[in-house]
Amino acid sequence: MDQILVVQPGRCSDHRVGPLHSGSWEGPARGISEYIEGLDADLLVYQDTARLVTSSSRVECETRGAIRNVEGVQDVGGLAFASVSIVRSETAELLDVSLIGVEPGKPGEPPVVAGQGLRRKQAREAIIDGNVAQLLGLKSGDQFTVSTVQGGSEELYTLRVLGVSESQRFNLSPSVFVPISTWDEIRPKALLTAPQMDPACNVVAVRLDDPAQVESARRLLEGRVEDVEAVDRTTAYESQPGYSSIRGSLAIQRTFALLISGLVIGGFFQIQTLQKVPQIGMLKAIGTPNYVVALATLIEILFTIVAGVAIATPLMIGISSSFPPSVPIVFELRTAAMAVGSIFVMGFLGGLLSIRYSLRVEPLIALGLGA
Amino acid sequence: MSLEARSVVKQYRVGDAVTNAVDNASMSLHPGEFLALVGPSGSGKTTMLALLAGLLRPTSGSILVGGQELAGMRESARARFRRRNIGFTFQANNLVPYLSALENVELMLRLNSEFDANGRKRARDLLTLLGLEEKVQVLPRQLSGGQQQRVAIARSLINSPTLVLADEPTASLDTERAIQVVETLANLIHEQGSAGIMVTHDLRMVQYADRVIQMLDGRVERTISPEEDLSCLADPAECRVIGSDVLGFTERADASSA
Repeated sequence: MDQILVVQPGRCSDHRVGPLHSGSWEGPARGISEYIEGLDADLLVYQDTARLVTSSSRVECETRGAIRNVEGVQDVGGLAFASVSIVRSETAELLDVSLIGVEPGKPGEPPVVAGQGLRRKQAREAIIDGNVAQLLGLKSGDQFTVSTVQGGSEELYTLRVLGVSESQRFNLSPSVFVPISTWDEIRPKALLTAPQMDPACNVVAVRLDDPAQVESARRLLEGRVEDVEAVDRTTAYESQPGYSSIRGSLAIQRTFALLISGLVIGGFFQIQTLQKVPQIGMLKAIGTPNYVVALATLIEILFTIVAGVAIATPLMIGISSSFPPSVPIVFELRTAAMAVGSIFVMGFLGGLLSIRYSLRVEPLIALGLGA
Repeated sequence: MSLEARSVVKQYRVGDAVTNAVDNASMSLHPGEFLALVGPSGSGKTTMLALLAGLLRPTSGSILVGGQELAGMRESARARFRRRNIGFTFQANNLVPYLSALENVELMLRLNSEFDANGRKRARDLLTLLGLEEKVQVLPRQLSGGQQQRVAIARSLINSPTLVLADEPTASLDTERAIQVVETLANLIHEQGSAGIMVTHDLRMVQYADRVIQMLDGRVERTISPEEDLSCLADPAECRVIGSDVLGFTERADASSA
């Protein structure tokens, strides 16, 4: 009996299937959350009337000072966000990026993987994220031109690359980090104005002495500093415009993809079972108990799914690694594991039909008397 | 008595029409006796075989295998009875394609939880006896049709069943291999003391049977003992006396002459 169970799955080698890992991508939502998710800060402080919308929030320099003075706060850094374009030198095409103003050496400045971090409060220097570096072929020491609209006309600014960080997408775009006063100089604005040394920022990134005390620190901070709302990173990026709707769309797509994969896998197993009706009939005619037939079918289903996942997983990882950064698809271990788990469940549910079918096969089939 | 079938009827009802696939058929078989069941297509041979195996329930009548009535058993009990007491050889699809010849034979022992070193030796010995000692580890697709049938015969005999049923075991074989297979089957049935029934269209195979039962339109038309009547079966003219070529002999003769 155990021999049947061991050997029957071998049939799968004739019918390998590579289930689509349809549930493992959530790139678009990551494109919104990536920078904030990876921030070296425990809290993000917004203007209390901004409803956690970054572009609506304005936190003055004095308020940053007040936040810095709250007990338990280790350090703070202002963050300012805008959208500009980088002009590709060869083709004059524009690459839309998020221009993020940060305070050099403060929370919010991303760690660099090549080159060095920002050094001066006001300089035409930038850290570019890995996506910008890859798309434009830039490295430390290179220069690039930023196009922005100020006072109704296009202005161009040349920046020098100081360092390159890992991927830090924000608002679905790759990111360029500049000192906050440089950001104030470059950002799109209705009127041309002189840059300030300490301009207002959108959000303040707060690093705590004890990251475990986020909730108490948040309450303390909101009590001590007027007109601000403090939230953790997760709440911050989940509140970004578009994040919830993208996540919702993805969840629906994922659900449908899984339902379809369940149908496809179920149909596949059904066909596989249909092909073996004469064998199943023969096994039942010689007296094979139903539970052995069911178990053999079940093991074959599981073996097929394992083989399919084993083939498809490295294939998908390989394919996704070749995606350019502009493709908003990211494969993560957690989501891939969830997708694999879902495929097992859907495959099993789809396969139950095959088990039911194989149990109903008439042994008379073996004698050519069955329908 | 290994098998006793008394007044077995199997009716099929399609709308208002009732068809007797097997009509008041009786037969009995002693241990070590090998019986050939012959008749034209549609005469009820295979249905009779299915009834004797407990794969079908008779509409009326009784079937006792080794003294046990099959009709009253639940399906699971009949399945258990089959794997313990009945050996099967079919026309085709006899073997599990992903098991070796030896594993296919051992399958019956495993299903009956009787597999051990001794069982493996018996399976190997049986295959050797059937001339397959070089093929024990070979998969069915690497075996010829005759070799596959011999493996199936070994599987049907490995647990010394009370009754061995073979449904046209030579249907897909050439004459030489067909004779080998039937001769082997008959010898082993005689040696083991099992009772065997072979459904066949092929007149040349009935010479290895101890008795021949002709079926026609679901009825047992006549029983022929080898000493008195087997020679008559070879004569198409004689066969026509009892029906319109009940053995299909003339068809084959015509086909071969064409």
